[in-house]
Amino acid sequence: MALLEIRNVTRRFGDFKAVDAVSFSIEAGEFFTLLGPSGCGKTTILRMIAGFDDPDAGVMLLDGQPLTGIPPERRPVHTVFQSYALFPHMTVAGNIAFPLEMAGKSRDEIARRVAETLALVHLEDKGGSYPHELSGGQKQRVALARGLVNRPRLLLLDEPLGALDAKLRVEMQSELITLQREVGITFVFVTHSQQEALALSHRIAVMNRGRIEQLDEPDKLYGLPANRFVADFIGKINLIEVEVAAASKVLLTLKAAGLGEIAAADARPLQPGERGCFALRPEQIRVYGRKESADLKNRFDGSVKELLYLGDVTHYKVVLANGFAIEALMPNAAPGRAKFHEVGDAVTVCWRHDAGIFLRD
Amino acid sequence: MTSARRRFWCISNLNSGKLARWAVTLPPSLFLVVFFLLPALIVVAASLREPGEFGGLAPLFVDGAFTHALTLDSYRFFFGDTIYLEIFVKSFFIALLTTLICIALAYPLAWLIARSPKRRRDLLVLLVILPFASNLLIRVYAWILLLGPLNLLYTPVAVVAGMVYVHLPFMVLPLYTNLEKHDPALLEAAQDLGAGTWTRFWRVTFPLSLPGIFSGSALVFIPVLGMFAIPELLGGTGDLMIGNLIKEQFLDNRDWPFGATLSLLLTVAVLLCAGLATLAAKKSFKGTEAVT
Ligand SMILES: Nc1ncnc2c1ncn2[C@@H]1O[C@H](COP(=O)(O)OP(=O)(O)OP(=O)(O)O)[C@@H](O)[C@H]1O
Ligand SMILES: [Mg+2]
Repeated sequence: MALLEIRNVTRRFGDFKAVDAVSFSIEAGEFFTLLGPSGCGKTTILRMIAGFDDPDAGVMLLDGQPLTGIPPERRPVHTVFQSYALFPHMTVAGNIAFPLEMAGKSRDEIARRVAETLALVHLEDKGGSYPHELSGGQKQRVALARGLVNRPRLLLLDEPLGALDAKLRVEMQSELITLQREVGITFVFVTHSQQEALALSHRIAVMNRGRIEQLDEPDKLYGLPANRFVADFIGKINLIEVEVAAASKVLLTLKAAGLGEIAAADARPLQPGERGCFALRPEQIRVYGRKESADLKNRFDGSVKELLYLGDVTHYKVVLANGFAIEALMPNAAPGRAKFHEVGDAVTVCWRHDAGIFLRD
Repeated sequence: MTSARRRFWCISNLNSGKLARWAVTLPPSLFLVVFFLLPALIVVAASLREPGEFGGLAPLFVDGAFTHALTLDSYRFFFGDTIYLEIFVKSFFIALLTTLICIALAYPLAWLIARSPKRRRDLLVLLVILPFASNLLIRVYAWILLLGPLNLLYTPVAVVAGMVYVHLPFMVLPLYTNLEKHDPALLEAAQDLGAGTWTRFWRVTFPLSLPGIFSGSALVFIPVLGMFAIPELLGGTGDLMIGNLIKEQFLDNRDWPFGATLSLLLTVAVLLCAGLATLAAKKSFKGTEAVT
């Protein structure tokens, strides 16, 4: 049985559906992420799980028991707020002890668990400090410790890294992974950073306008996006407008206006004439000089319009015959050779027939 | 401004900055010296003099000769009879009771105002301070009409009721200012971590509102101690307070030195109380200044 099951949950504000018939379930021990642009309903879902908001329709089950009617203080669910919401009049240790006191734990146990948790988040020497004496990263850790200390069934984290600077964010990301593995508590994490979601999660639900567009593991989301929105939202991608020309058992032939035919490995039974887009990651594309040969099915001539040398990789923008500017990422792995092409060079872009994916509209 | 730029600004303005600081602080300093320090010294001096024949103080020079050194007569008089100490203690008790009742009444009121929609708050605050628009004495006379039929007039209850009524806004305003600034996320966090309604109040709202309670209490306690109109109009003969006592010395008994002594002792007692309260508050305020 899933730890948390959400079935057809809808939340309306007036006529506006902030959450629209959302269903998913979370297994115990999972690092589950809700990812989506601002205003897509992530916080609303978390608030409903925590009990601060109630669904207008649908059910939420925790360990198989409906959550309806249980107030937030009696749900075994804790939240790490984006603003941290640390109690300013309590010390760090006092903040962390709070949920234990609420649960009526004994003095000895509280002291022991607070010390353990302080060690877990590397704040052993900060127990006596007040929140306003801490740095942003330290406050973040206290908020985490306070959420974790009473071992909730579920820890909800609403953009917990949003207020940190870029460097600290990356540091905290790897700490979060380690922490979650060590304590084994199920995390429901909310972010609008796709990089953060990919790096941290076991599974990600990509949301848009109150609906879940796709729910999958990070590599599946990246490699096999279900639709245009997910493809575009996660990572960089080229989206080429196409129409199905022919579909055989294993090979799909697509027609792109002004460009020609694109071959793609695809076993789906698609009908000729279906419209959609062909999604291709920049790193799947090779950029060659016109004379260089490459034995690849998909080859298109173009010229380099922009070039961004980034050291480990070079980022090219190549304009194709139909005016489409395709983006390609070339690793600079060959010894002694930094750049391959210059702006204005006539080049050929190619990719394997099993690279890229056709997305129906 | 970045710190580097601020430093530059300071260095380049070092001389004119010093001048400006003097120019800004001199007038208020002068004001305090002329209207606070000097009168306070005069009160101290007056308490050590003898009363004049027809009120005021005994003249310093009689027939061109310097008369009378300083005397501690007034202080001897004060401590020679327990009645004055009793009135002091009773006044402090009434002030304390008034403050506590004000806290109890003002807290829910301030909380409700802080919780109401932004646009309605200003109107509610205006209603709280509206009584100031009419004269204090008129409002106290109104209480005579109210308390008379209840058979409460000229009793200590009437005095405390009048005191609470007059001073309530001084408690509501600082409390409201404090409560309004509380971050609602803190209450949500407390609830999320398992705190019920009462626990949330006692563990989060109340401790964070202590600075508001403290300043409100100072604004109520000290004026109540010195108030003489209310005990005179609403209280009985046994309900004299320090304020009445002081007023009597200056206007009725014409014993200025004793009046000055009473004033001085009152000031010292208040300062002692304030000092102790500040010490106690320092401990419980830790961390709350960061938000409020
Ligand atoms: N109490 C409310 N009343 C009216 N509308 C609301 C309320 N709460 C949220 N909404 C609306 O619901 C939508 C979803 O809000 P939500 O806070 O869940 O977004 P989010 O995905 O968390 O966005 P962000 O990444 O910006 O935090 C928004 O359009 C918001 O305006
Ligand atoms: Mg949000």
